Amino acid sequence: MRKNDLVEKIVHGIFLALGLLTVVCVLVITFYLVISGLPAIKEIGLTKFLFGQKWVSTGKNPSFGILPFILTSVYGTAGAIILGVPVGFFTALYLAKFAPRKVERVVGSLVNLLAGIPSVVYGLVGMLILVPSIRKVFDVPDGASLLAAIIVLSVMILPSIVKVSVTALEAVPQEYELGSLALGASAVETCFRVTVPAAKSGIAASVVLGVGRAIGEAMAVIMVSGNAANMPSLFESVRFLTTAVASEMAYSSGLQREALFSIALVLFLFILLINTLLNLFFKPQKDKK
Amino acid sequence: MKKILVSICIGVCLAALFVGCQKSEGKTTVSTDGSTSMEKLIGVLGESYEIETGVTVSYNPTGSSAGINAVLEERCDIGLSSRSLKAEERALGLVETVVAYDGIAIIVHPENPVASLTLEQIQRIYTGEVKDWKEVADFSGEIVLIGREAGSGTRDGFESITGTVGKCDYRQELTSTGDVITTVSQNPNAIGYTSVASVKDSVKVVAVNEVLPAEATIRDGSYPVQRPFVMITRADTALPPLAQEFFDYAISPNAGSVIALAGVVAAN
Repeated sequence: MRKNDLVEKIVHGIFLALGLLTVVCVLVITFYLVISGLPAIKEIGLTKFLFGQKWVSTGKNPSFGILPFILTSVYGTAGAIILGVPVGFFTALYLAKFAPRKVERVVGSLVNLLAGIPSVVYGLVGMLILVPSIRKVFDVPDGASLLAAIIVLSVMILPSIVKVSVTALEAVPQEYELGSLALGASAVETCFRVTVPAAKSGIAASVVLGVGRAIGEAMAVIMVSGNAANMPSLFESVRFLTTAVASEMAYSSGLQREALFSIALVLFLFILLINTLLNLFFKPQKDKK
Repeated sequence: MKKILVSICIGVCLAALFVGCQKSEGKTTVSTDGSTSMEKLIGVLGESYEIETGVTVSYNPTGSSAGINAVLEERCDIGLSSRSLKAEERALGLVETVVAYDGIAIIVHPENPVASLTLEQIQRIYTGEVKDWKEVADFSGEIVLIGREAGSGTRDGFESITGTVGKCDYRQELTSTGDVITTVSQNPNAIGYTSVASVKDSVKVVAVNEVLPAEATIRDGSYPVQRPFVMITRADTALPPLAQEFFDYAISPNAGSVIALAGVVAAN
């Protein structure tokens, strides 16, 4: 009996330790980012850093303004959501409600496959196919641009949107739909008036996931966006918050390196803020249901 | 169980002690300090030298000027600089010995008819003064400037040789040589730069001042987009014996093949 108790306690301890490991990781990363990100902000000045429009990190008179990166990240993510959410939403609707079993299975597994493709592959395909096509189609001097990044990101967020939305739509009790159909509504009416509103919070969660994925992506974006520190414009070469850190970190030194950590801190706070806001925004509706 | 654990612990501790002993016994280090661009070169030289002799070569990437100062202040054995010494630095009793030359090739799309550019044209292209190919070649199209990210040694070399430090108006800043080559090979209007050793057939190398980059033209100095990688020492004091041996090794013809691994042209 006592021995059993001991085993119980040990196992309990192991689980607790493993559970705390995640918490510790988050805390360590947060503290590290704050500690290594603050000195540069202090030295450069918060407003100068956040609202400065010029980033010349290795020039004779270095200037560390990250407004172009912030705006690019915002525009890029918004663009990816605008393109990706409708496609993902309708795909999910079709898969959950209209597709025949076989089609659903095939398309479903293909969507899963899309989720499994490493981001560097997205970047490579974007670099070799998308960027030259944009140059030709829109007749611009160079295709590496905000538009290329938006298109790549919108494809990358599709799987999370489709998968979470499908789950949400399938979780809607069949009685709702049957009731609607019995009242004489057509299948499409039922879908949009009954099923989708009932699955609202799940679909919203899929959008939140999509935003998270899009704003945090670096590898694919770095390969198609050109990385010049310009203010964002659809056909200009741009640099995101993520790529600003990734592209210069390798050889950086001194204040430049510290400033890169500060960018990472800003990105971190940004994601935190967006997630909190979106969660707050969508929570009440969930409670009503 | 406990016994096994204890014995493993003791074993690890002993091993650590032993490793510690080995290190302190052979206090054999040559210290170098300086140019960040020479990281790769000093890396391969140091490694091959350590394999041959067991002597460790330490490297402190601080920058050329800082490396030169470090020699003056006797904080290191050998200073590393990716530029020649200035007259006032020579006056302080420093001497330079060229280890290798870093050549930077200017590359364009294979369909681009431009065969040669002058150094001045390159400078005007990269600062955005010349925006269209028709101003320098028999072909028109907006010039797309491809470069490397801030902090890259190639970028630093290119910009300091062409006198465009901090003035380049890049369309794309890419993070690797391969990316630069791929991007240039896909855009007929693009121009880029990369270290001579990594040029591939998918792009066309442009002659600068009518000279194409090659081992011979880089070594004799006729190809202009190049810079020396030099070792800085003091004229009045001899190097410590170990440092002298490494120094001799670095400039010996035997080191040539190793130096080539770093993508630069050996001086000897």
